[in-house]
Amino acid sequence: MSATELRVAEIKHTHWNSEVYEPSDDTFLLVDALQEHAPTWAKRRPRCVLELGSGSGYVITSAALLLRQLRPRLAAQVLAVDHSPAAAEATRRTLQAHQVSEVDVVVASLFGPLAERLKGSVDVLLFNPPYVPTPDDEVERGGIASAWAGGHRGRRVIDRVLPLLPELLSPKGELFMVTVTENDPKGIIAEMQPHGFQGRIAASRQADEETLSIVHLWRG
Amino acid sequence: MLSCHIKGVRNGYPFIIEVGKLAEHEADFDADFLKHIFPRINWPAFLQGAQAMNCREGLPEEATEALLEDEGFQKTFHHALLEVELEEGALVCPETGRKFPVAKGIPNMLLNEDEC
Repeated sequence: MSATELRVAEIKHTHWNSEVYEPSDDTFLLVDALQEHAPTWAKRRPRCVLELGSGSGYVITSAALLLRQLRPRLAAQVLAVDHSPAAAEATRRTLQAHQVSEVDVVVASLFGPLAERLKGSVDVLLFNPPYVPTPDDEVERGGIASAWAGGHRGRRVIDRVLPLLPELLSPKGELFMVTVTENDPKGIIAEMQPHGFQGRIAASRQADEETLSIVHLWRG
Repeated sequence: MLSCHIKGVRNGYPFIIEVGKLAEHEADFDADFLKHIFPRINWPAFLQGAQAMNCREGLPEEATEALLEDEGFQKTFHHALLEVELEEGALVCPETGRKFPVAKGIPNMLLNEDEC
């Protein structure tokens, strides 16, 4: 089956509200990259998939649907984490609207209570971070702004997550992360090389006011 | 899979499960997945959770990888692991007694500022 025939979440079954980031160009680019990459999972057989900041749930629902379409079939532990209770509720509703029951949703700050138990076991980490360059104090302001406010160079939250990867990801672990040019995606890949990661830009797109790139890192 | 992450807490695992309401749903059976996840499971903690969630019946006091070849065990383990969910209730830290509420199947693990 070619990648583009693989089913992903549908926007008409996706929930969000004024407190939750609406699926946008960045969301769709991440899912496009996953859809293209999913056929390789038939060989890699990821058993633990985690999305950080699941928002509307469009991405994790798509990931769960992509996993379901693998042959031979594969059961995986799939987790969605968001620090916003409103977002977690939107994720839950979007999953339910797609009849996806195998995803566990947790409200937590970053990996919070999962970090310890998931050490070395995450095979696929999905992350659409708050990447927009803003004044640093906007990062902690809370509310919907925390879905996009990334502080200096848009890197404040990204730079809290990258150092956690070597411990969190499994030996076959990989990361798909949304970035914009200001985040220096190529620099991120270069920075992670000494920690045993290879990387590439899995997809790029010019959106309204930003150039989006999906950073794909894996242990090489 | 969760452990209490309040700063300074050393014995924050496993959570004590307070059941308000349980939900059951069918999950695809995959013996390979069970084999994959088994080594990551702390069996006494799992039993304690299963007991609280009313699905401990048929699960042995001790479990070894050899048991995973047994079809009866696979079915019981699969059910307890994947098909019974805490819909409403709380996860209680065994050390501090701090309660993390679970609503609509979603645990809220956020900490207050003085806990981070």
